[in-house]
Amino acid sequence: MGSASGKISGSVMVVGAGIAGMQASLDLANSDYYVHLVDKLPTIGGMMARLDKTFPTNDCAM
Amino acid sequence: MISPKLVEVGRHLNINIITNSEIKTVEGEPGNFTVTLSNHPRYIDPVKCTGCGECAKHCPVTAVNRYNKGLDDRRATFIEYPQAVPLAFGIDTDTCIGCGLCENVCIARAIQYDETERESRVTVGSIILAPGSMGYDPSKLDFWGYGKYANVLTSEEFERILSASGPYFGHLSRPLDREEPKKIAWIQCVGSRDTNRCGNGYCSSVCCMYAIKEAMIAKEHAHGELDCAIFNMDIRSFGKDYEKYYLRAKDKDGVRFLKARIHTITEIPETGDLQVWYIDETGQRQDEIFSMVVLSVGLQIPENVADVARNLGVELNKYRFVETGPFTPVETSRPGIFTCGVFQGPKDIPSSVTEASAAACLAGADLAVSRGMDTPTVQVTEQQDVSGESPRIGVFVCNCGINIGGIVDVPAVQNYSATLPNVVYTDQNLFTCSQDTQDKIKEKIIEHKLNRVVVASCSPKTHEQMFMETLEACGLNRYLFEMANIRNQNSWIHSKTPAIATQKAKDLVRMAVARASTLRPLAEKVISVNKQALVIGGGVAGMNAALGLAKQAFRVFLLEKETELGGLSRKLHHTIEGGDIQAYLKQLVADVRKNELIDVVTGARVTNFSGYKGNFKTDVVAGPANTKLTIEHGVIIVATGANEYIPTEYLYGQDPRVVTQLQLGDRLEEIGVSDLSTVVMIQCVGSRNSTNENCSRICCQNAIKNALIIKKADPAIQVYILYRDIRTYGLMEDYYTEARNLGVIFIRFDETNPPEVKSTPEGLIVSVTDHILRMPLEIQTELLALSAGVTAADTGSLCGIMKFNRNPEGFFIEAHVKLRPVDMPGDGIFLCGTAHAPKLISETIAQAQAAASRATTFLSKSEIKLSAITAKVDTEHCVKCLTCVRSCPFGVPVFNTEKQIIEIDEATCHGCGVCAAICPRRTIQLSFYEDDQLNCKIDALLAGGM
Repeated sequence: MGSASGKISGSVMVVGAGIAGMQASLDLANSDYYVHLVDKLPTIGGMMARLDKTFPTNDCAM
Repeated sequence: MISPKLVEVGRHLNINIITNSEIKTVEGEPGNFTVTLSNHPRYIDPVKCTGCGECAKHCPVTAVNRYNKGLDDRRATFIEYPQAVPLAFGIDTDTCIGCGLCENVCIARAIQYDETERESRVTVGSIILAPGSMGYDPSKLDFWGYGKYANVLTSEEFERILSASGPYFGHLSRPLDREEPKKIAWIQCVGSRDTNRCGNGYCSSVCCMYAIKEAMIAKEHAHGELDCAIFNMDIRSFGKDYEKYYLRAKDKDGVRFLKARIHTITEIPETGDLQVWYIDETGQRQDEIFSMVVLSVGLQIPENVADVARNLGVELNKYRFVETGPFTPVETSRPGIFTCGVFQGPKDIPSSVTEASAAACLAGADLAVSRGMDTPTVQVTEQQDVSGESPRIGVFVCNCGINIGGIVDVPAVQNYSATLPNVVYTDQNLFTCSQDTQDKIKEKIIEHKLNRVVVASCSPKTHEQMFMETLEACGLNRYLFEMANIRNQNSWIHSKTPAIATQKAKDLVRMAVARASTLRPLAEKVISVNKQALVIGGGVAGMNAALGLAKQAFRVFLLEKETELGGLSRKLHHTIEGGDIQAYLKQLVADVRKNELIDVVTGARVTNFSGYKGNFKTDVVAGPANTKLTIEHGVIIVATGANEYIPTEYLYGQDPRVVTQLQLGDRLEEIGVSDLSTVVMIQCVGSRNSTNENCSRICCQNAIKNALIIKKADPAIQVYILYRDIRTYGLMEDYYTEARNLGVIFIRFDETNPPEVKSTPEGLIVSVTDHILRMPLEIQTELLALSAGVTAADTGSLCGIMKFNRNPEGFFIEAHVKLRPVDMPGDGIFLCGTAHAPKLISETIAQAQAAASRATTFLSKSEIKLSAITAKVDTEHCVKCLTCVRSCPFGVPVFNTEKQIIEIDEATCHGCGVCAAICPRRTIQLSFYEDDQLNCKIDALLAGGM
């Protein structure tokens, strides 16, 4: 893997901060990459933060 | 469930959250992209905002609350929900009248009306697109009356109605009159599986399950009898243990499931009830009156999200999901850009989380050489030894703007705290959590030689870690800290009785000070991490996991019990999309074999296992010569696979014309279809029955895949699929549609009345009752293919040695069904492929890459800091009753038969405290929560004269 300038960044951009974007960000951040997590809303959390309970355990989504 | 994740993301030093922003362009190439973002103004500085809420309290403007789906109002200055991260308000300028009140009341001076639209540029090496989806808007489909009748709701709106933080505070009420409904109907496939009106031919994969959940929860919330009916075409409970959930709803909770498409809903104007018209299974027209109707809306990618992706050069399919390949499930058409979640295709939360880790694996692998180059390094301050000193406590009381200070007499609490034992310094702050206060606290710790700190403010859940870091930054052990929650548990509750609130704040501070005096510095043990991985199972899952780790530059030992790599996939030919599995497998095996970081050990059997996260040791016997080897490794990935069920039903094994789908696949590949005129397939063989309650997930698509091959080879061949529910979830629904268009005949049968098979010299006779004709049919066929389910591999002896937990069906149990679907309960142990549950090859690859990503989070560190909060046994007074051994949810305490003592390994102890609480002799203490450290709080409370 190489780029024309020969410089490889140690950062990743994750677009969308729902449960998928958050998990991807956490994995990368915990593997020592720097993550820019972008969301168009004023808060992270996405659709899951708008659910009441979750199947199949009926645990609270929040 | 998501709340701790929000906090974790919000606090992570390696994550920069950029809200109110959208991606515009991406220039450059993998490894070195320049991304241009549009940053929309928030009008409130999230760094300065403390989330106190004064602005919203004073805002005179009412606006529609987007969070509660428009079912209630909020202010123009708003926060989406109380747990929001970042915990900062914003101004909705569509409704703001610019009165300036919020600016006047904001003590933190965070309001910035003059903020404008900006553009910013960021350099990154990889990009992951996870923009998610929207619920389908059913207002275009007039026959359902959405938007016209108040009591017709979408499932998203109903979620908010059920929620305690929703518009009706969790009371089951209908919007029209706030009456509790007596009968609710759910209508499935609204905006899904519908090419007729909405053009969404795919299945949204989640609606059956969430409708079942909503029905169950609604019944729980109802005060009287609540009748719940789910109108569906098929119930698609195909995930791990989902079928059991469906059965529970049907058989235990009495949720009704009706196979019908609703053609009209009309409102009864006098009552607001809804008349639902449908054709029942006998062909009769029925009408039933419901007090409320919930439309189970599908998942849809908004057009503007699709536009952004297209601008980036990412190809989408006709439904606007990202075009991905069956063997490259998270890769987009543009190298260096990956995807996950619903943008990749409709899916549930565990699959989204799994794919997210898979995307992280690939996004990181491309940048492995620059790992750690962009992340900030944390300065570690040397700790001073305060163990011999008598306690010198500093108390910092927070006003939280006027959140606390507006109710509680904070100066009185501060003065009171100065009178408490061992308190040598007190202070009060406007916002104790602000950055300048952290500097002030550090200054005071040094100036007054404080060796214990108490902060009286909000919840430790959100703020304890931050204050502990403040202590650490000036050389004080982080465990010399205690919080008193005088906001959430005091000023917010007792806002109408300030005098009582002040008294309670004093009580809480007195308790916290008492505990602070008893705190002792605790050392967090540091263990080294062996940077090698062990992958058990050399099928598609194990090989992908091994490659994922090797790409991140970690050495992998890949164990396979057979002499050849490949597992079950050696018996597979094509994916339903037409992907050539054998060609893929050949390449995969070659990639694994030639990778210098992967040691393949075939004919391998695990004989012994010991150790804990970061430091495992496994003995293996391998090869024809039974060569012994010992592998030291930091992580484990379990990928032991599964098998096709061997049927005992329908004359299998007795008549050679009865085969399984795998055998049919072989036959189609080897001898084709030229000798066939009729093929019958029977679904759910070995699944969804009393021996195996679960759905095997892959059999419906398997049958349709083979049916399509037959029909495409010779349209004259009659193909019958006898099924109970067709579960072609996600984009696979298109193949189901195609099969019907090509003339494959689908006959639904009831579990209680299964088909019968007779063997005659002329052919097999399959009898089944047709669900439309309601008449028995006899089909003569020369070939019967049984869609045999998936059974777990025999891992009994492996589990005996490695102590892994399996469910009753023999599949491994993950750490958390929803949020940790790839982790096993033991730290440093991960899971992928069909060892976890039945799944498709594309899903197996994603989970294998996910397992590699999860393992990388461990292996990328040289050492792991263990929590100092662990249980310790006083072996001298322990009577070895084994109560702790039986009670620990993680199986940590063990009885050492040699030394005759109970041992609790601090590396594996989770610090939950169950053993300490249950020990009848009180010989177990949980550090930081020792008996005296808790009892002193009770004593201090009672000393106040309660």
